[in-house]
Amino acid sequence: MQAMASDIYQAQFEAVKAELPGADLAWLNGLREAGLRQVADLGLPTPKVEAWRYTNLNALRKIDFHPAPALANGVDATGLPTLVAAERQPLRLAFVNGRFRADLSSLDGLPAGVTLAPLADRIGAVEGRLGGLMDENASPLVGLNTAMTGDGVVLEIAPNVAVARPIELVFVGGLSDDAVAWHPRNLILAGENCEATVVEQHVGLGGGQYFANSVTELVAEPGARLRHYRLQDEGISGFHVNTLLAHIARSAVLDNFVLSLGGQLSRNEIHVRLDGPGAEVRLNGAYAMTGRQHCDTTTFIDHASPNTSSSEVYKGVLDEKARAVFQGKIAVRPHAQKTDGHQLSRALLLSPTCEIDTKPELEIYADDVKCSHGATAGELEDDALFYLRSRGVPAAEARNMLVTAFLEEIIDEIADEPIREAFRGRVEGWLADRVTGEAA
Amino acid sequence: MLKIENLHVTVDGKEILKGLDLEIAPGEVHAIMGPNGSGKSTLSYVLSGRDGYEVTSGSVTYQGQDLLEMEPEERAADGVFLAFQYPVELPGVSGTTFLKSALNAIRKHKGEPELDAMQFLKLVRAKTKSLNITDDMLRRGVNVGFSGGEKKRNEVLQMAVLEPALAILDETDSGLDIDALKIVADGVNALRGPDRSMLVITHYQRLLNYIVPDHVHVLAHGRIARSGGKELAQELEQKGYAEFGINEAA
Repeated sequence: MQAMASDIYQAQFEAVKAELPGADLAWLNGLREAGLRQVADLGLPTPKVEAWRYTNLNALRKIDFHPAPALANGVDATGLPTLVAAERQPLRLAFVNGRFRADLSSLDGLPAGVTLAPLADRIGAVEGRLGGLMDENASPLVGLNTAMTGDGVVLEIAPNVAVARPIELVFVGGLSDDAVAWHPRNLILAGENCEATVVEQHVGLGGGQYFANSVTELVAEPGARLRHYRLQDEGISGFHVNTLLAHIARSAVLDNFVLSLGGQLSRNEIHVRLDGPGAEVRLNGAYAMTGRQHCDTTTFIDHASPNTSSSEVYKGVLDEKARAVFQGKIAVRPHAQKTDGHQLSRALLLSPTCEIDTKPELEIYADDVKCSHGATAGELEDDALFYLRSRGVPAAEARNMLVTAFLEEIIDEIADEPIREAFRGRVEGWLADRVTGEAA
Repeated sequence: MLKIENLHVTVDGKEILKGLDLEIAPGEVHAIMGPNGSGKSTLSYVLSGRDGYEVTSGSVTYQGQDLLEMEPEERAADGVFLAFQYPVELPGVSGTTFLKSALNAIRKHKGEPELDAMQFLKLVRAKTKSLNITDDMLRRGVNVGFSGGEKKRNEVLQMAVLEPALAILDETDSGLDIDALKIVADGVNALRGPDRSMLVITHYQRLLNYIVPDHVHVLAHGRIARSGGKELAQELEQKGYAEFGINEAA
């Protein structure tokens, strides 16, 4: 099977390589070839690979995905889902089938010091930076993305620039009839002491089968402060693998939040290296899954410098036969004294047939550190449910109130209030659908 | 209002109530006194519909309906209210959301229009002051970080907002100092009326100095051992439960 897989990717690459952006750039072709070799040699990860022990890509492997064609229609600017209200004047880049759509985007009045453009347009200017954060830990899916990427986002913020307008990135899928795949590649380069808020949305608008394999490389230079919020609301026939590779320099802060609601199978994989004293990362997230959905959160935090801190909390709700995976690794290098690293996974199980697999890992080589991890999985509390019902709240509504309360606690971690409210609204929508489903 | 006949209830296979009879007319306040383990809390939970309490025989009729057939939320919507001995903490559910959901669920059940946020706030504000409940307490998760007294005051606030026909107060005095007890009792007394009945469950006579009952019953060994007027409470205070064959130290 592996040989077949390699043939498939080789053939796909050969078929499209002339049309890929930067086909005439030797440095890029070198990267693409290396990426292709990685996926061709290893194939897509199987549960035999430790990092993929609980997430089986067999369903994905069985589907013959083709490189996605550009779509000029299917969604218009008024129908594009957005998380940022118009009055905040978001700078927006929108992609359909992984390709930039100027008609859905809004880059008017780009502030001084901000570069925001589709990767295909900037490919000549990212040598040494695209692929710069890939290392031996990168999965074959990152290799596949590197080989096949057709477009994505380049966001560069000059030192000392505070970008007031939120930067919104929308990736739309599900509009093609046949099974298609795309591999967005995003570069976020935050200059010294800059500030910005990036809001990503991955959304399925049609019922089509697709595989969205995104990779984001993010560099926060000293003192940069980035808020990075992502909503994964793919279609139920969508496969979503999102890898974030981040380097956080001295005194820089990355505040990341991922809300996962959609997708047949999704994986939110985050690698963060804390590179200088005072570097800080906050990884938070919530997920709500039902049916046979599968949602994987895998994080790797590398405390590579003294005096760095990380905190991560993921909370999720599972119903029916949904399955979630949380794998979190915190590594503290020998010289990284005074590290503060905390990790928590909490799951609420609403049915006897759902499942969560949790694998926290601490790998600590320094002796003066504060690190912790914890994981809980439980059902709704009978006492709480009865208390609500004894006050007249019907059982289904009472359950929803308690589920909302469970997720609320982590949604509250979103510092940007309007975005927090937008995410809260999506969670409420999920719960409302669930009640409707129960009644049906 | 409420008629309990020959009620037998088992919990985890053990019989706790063994033929309890009790009748409460509209507007009456009845006190049930009894030592620990006599079945007081079991009675309050059976009446409010908690799972895990198996009625093996007997009946409970509330306003002409078979109460035991009703879901907890139906009982509440029809006017049954239990003030919990140990109010439950609901992290992430604000006091306001909790009360508003409860009130509107009950109004919906009665065919009354639901209140919007402003109408609701006005209604609640009118009730919080005398109970010394701050806006901050309503903003926080229900009962989260509340003192014992705050929790009990919060129960009385819920009762004031939901205006039940039958209020069951389960050991509402437990854990209260005398000042908190007075506030709670005043709140309860303010709700007394010709159409509202109350069942006050307590171990000690102290509470009944403030909430003066029309009738007092002694619960022992799972049934009503004696009934009388309010003076029975004083008698119990002096003589203890020993007269009923109960050694409290046991």
